[in-house]
Amino acid sequence: MKILVCITHVPDTTSKINFTDNNTKFDTNGVQFIIGPYDDYALARAIELKESLSATVTVLNVGLQDTEPTLRKALAIGADDAIRVNAEPVDSFFIATQIAEHAKTVGYDLILMGRESIDYNSGVVHAIVGEMLGMPSISPVMKLDVKGNTAKLAREIEGGKEYLEVTLPFVAGCQEPIAEWKIPNMRGIMAARTKPLQVVDATAVDSGVKLRKFELPPPKGSVKMISADNVAELVNLLKNEAKIL
Amino acid sequence: MPILVFVESAEGKIKKTSLEAIAYAHAMGGPVTAIALGTVEQSELEALGKYGAQKVLHASDEKLNQGLIQVYSTVLEKALEDENADILVLANSSLGTPVAARVAARLGASLASNVVELPDTTAGFSVKRSIYTGKAFAHVELSKPKKVIGIRKNAAEIKEVGSPVQITPYTASLNESDFATKITSSEQATGEILLPEANIVVSGGRGMKGPEHWSMLEELAKTLHAATGCSKPVSDMGWRPHHEHVGQTGVKVAPQLYIAIGISGAIQHLAGVNSSKYIVVINKDPDAPFFKAADYGIVGDAFEIIPKLTEAIKAAK
Ligand SMILES: Cc1cc2nc3c(=O)[nH]c(=O)nc-3n(C[C@H](O)[C@H](O)[C@H](O)COP(=O)(O)OP(=O)(O)OC[C@H]3O[C@@H](n4cnc5c(N)ncnc54)[C@H](O)[C@@H]3O)c2cc1C
Ligand SMILES: Nc1ncnc2c1ncn2[C@@H]1O[C@H](COP(=O)(O)O)[C@@H](O)[C@H]1O
Repeated sequence: MKILVCITHVPDTTSKINFTDNNTKFDTNGVQFIIGPYDDYALARAIELKESLSATVTVLNVGLQDTEPTLRKALAIGADDAIRVNAEPVDSFFIATQIAEHAKTVGYDLILMGRESIDYNSGVVHAIVGEMLGMPSISPVMKLDVKGNTAKLAREIEGGKEYLEVTLPFVAGCQEPIAEWKIPNMRGIMAARTKPLQVVDATAVDSGVKLRKFELPPPKGSVKMISADNVAELVNLLKNEAKIL
Repeated sequence: MPILVFVESAEGKIKKTSLEAIAYAHAMGGPVTAIALGTVEQSELEALGKYGAQKVLHASDEKLNQGLIQVYSTVLEKALEDENADILVLANSSLGTPVAARVAARLGASLASNVVELPDTTAGFSVKRSIYTGKAFAHVELSKPKKVIGIRKNAAEIKEVGSPVQITPYTASLNESDFATKITSSEQATGEILLPEANIVVSGGRGMKGPEHWSMLEELAKTLHAATGCSKPVSDMGWRPHHEHVGQTGVKVAPQLYIAIGISGAIQHLAGVNSSKYIVVINKDPDAPFFKAADYGIVGDAFEIIPKLTEAIKAAK
């Protein structure tokens, strides 16, 4: 059984977001990069399945060389080998093409991703990869159990959950509580240094989405404080100033 | 050339976010053809005309009552072709987003999700999308002639611009292999206002002390016709269901009003609420970081303020 986990290399959730070069480039100054939190759930579940199904886990990132520490971290958490598709991840269709092209050469039984990246937040790469490989894609997955050739999943929908049954292979976008995040231990970190990390060239894609510029939201005005003894004033403001009630 | 809008329904009723998708396509210049799949109330479908649809296609096949992603993708791809439409607009959702992605992949279309505004067509065709979990926006050019646009809540304002239209029955093209994925069961809150659809959200954090105190929060929500939300620890501890968890790792909301009670305002929570139009924070700690992101704030004990606020709202009605 072969499992592929696709991970992003993204700013830590507490990062302040800034742009440079006339709002066309992300400012990495002072930013700490992590495995995308949803991808981290996917990886954690993959490691659990690796143990219970004696599977192998490959992690893949589409990115430039600076993402390698993030791939090494995934190896330290327990993945067996890593692939970096050497290219700037410019848009979802481009990224999905790289993942699908790699997956075709290996033939994975299970492809796990995060429900969404926390930089682009598109929530689409798993669906595009599914389409490209002619496989089902299911997201956001909160529970995933595999038995033989079939899997049982729970997917979050608006206001509830949906339970599904699907035959392998398929693509899943994961979120909590599918598994608990795993923290690498010393042994894992040592082992990760010598695990294979292969760099492959990207496939050319005729991309239909091009970045023009970034924009930051306007700064929030200052807060109006209302006395706890005067709750009616809040209602008044909501009604007459915000015009909501 | 018409713009095709996929409208979603729940319990036979069209979702409000789908009405926004119609309003969006109408504001783009239309003409708008709406398509609904599965069992939907006829009057709901006819009413789509009021919001800007010139034509309403309805594939009423019961096989479409379950929202299977591949099945819906096949139907919509074919409908775009049948209607000679180059643009598909839909509301982002657990069904809409993956369907948009698969249709775009099949057509080789330009795809954008989480779009927050009408496109800018002064030079080319670009849309503004929310990125970095609400902390920034990207303006992206959609250069392919075929485009698939997923909109976020509040991207367009629902307005009555027309009158009811007649429904055109539509025979969906079904592909047996798309049904290989089986939805075996589902559980869904009924009769509640759903979090992603709500205009007002009342949300509670660890400061609410325990699930037994949620009834007062629900009372406030009911008075406001609001949905209830919560912080991550609250759903982690099982005080509230997971689908109510708001933030970076939960639901991203964009209501007119977000009322946060006993929530400290961690950056990961703010990431899910920073698209709200107005934010009210009630917290006993005057230094709670949430006040910095708020429009209105009250320092005080939630258990005293919630009932008072509920009463004051009732009195103001
Ligand atoms: C990768 C990552 C992702 C995360 N994603 C999310 C997410 O999606 N959503 C999320 O919410 N969190 C998320 N978190 C967790 C987040 O960092 C905070 O820990 C969490 O939001 C805190 O929840 P809280 O505000 O309910 O609890 P606390 O931080 O404990 O705050 C409780 C608040 O209640 C106030 N209070 C106490 N008693 C009363 C009273 N009687 N009346 C009024 N106020 C009172 C206190 O002053 C305090 O401000 C994430 C964390 C990480 C690392
Ligand atoms: N550059 C990338 N490299 C590898 N996987 C990615 C990349 N970008 C996105 N993914 C995967 O696709 C998922 C959904 O991403 P998105 O569609 O951007 O929200 C992520 O959670 C990752 O698992």
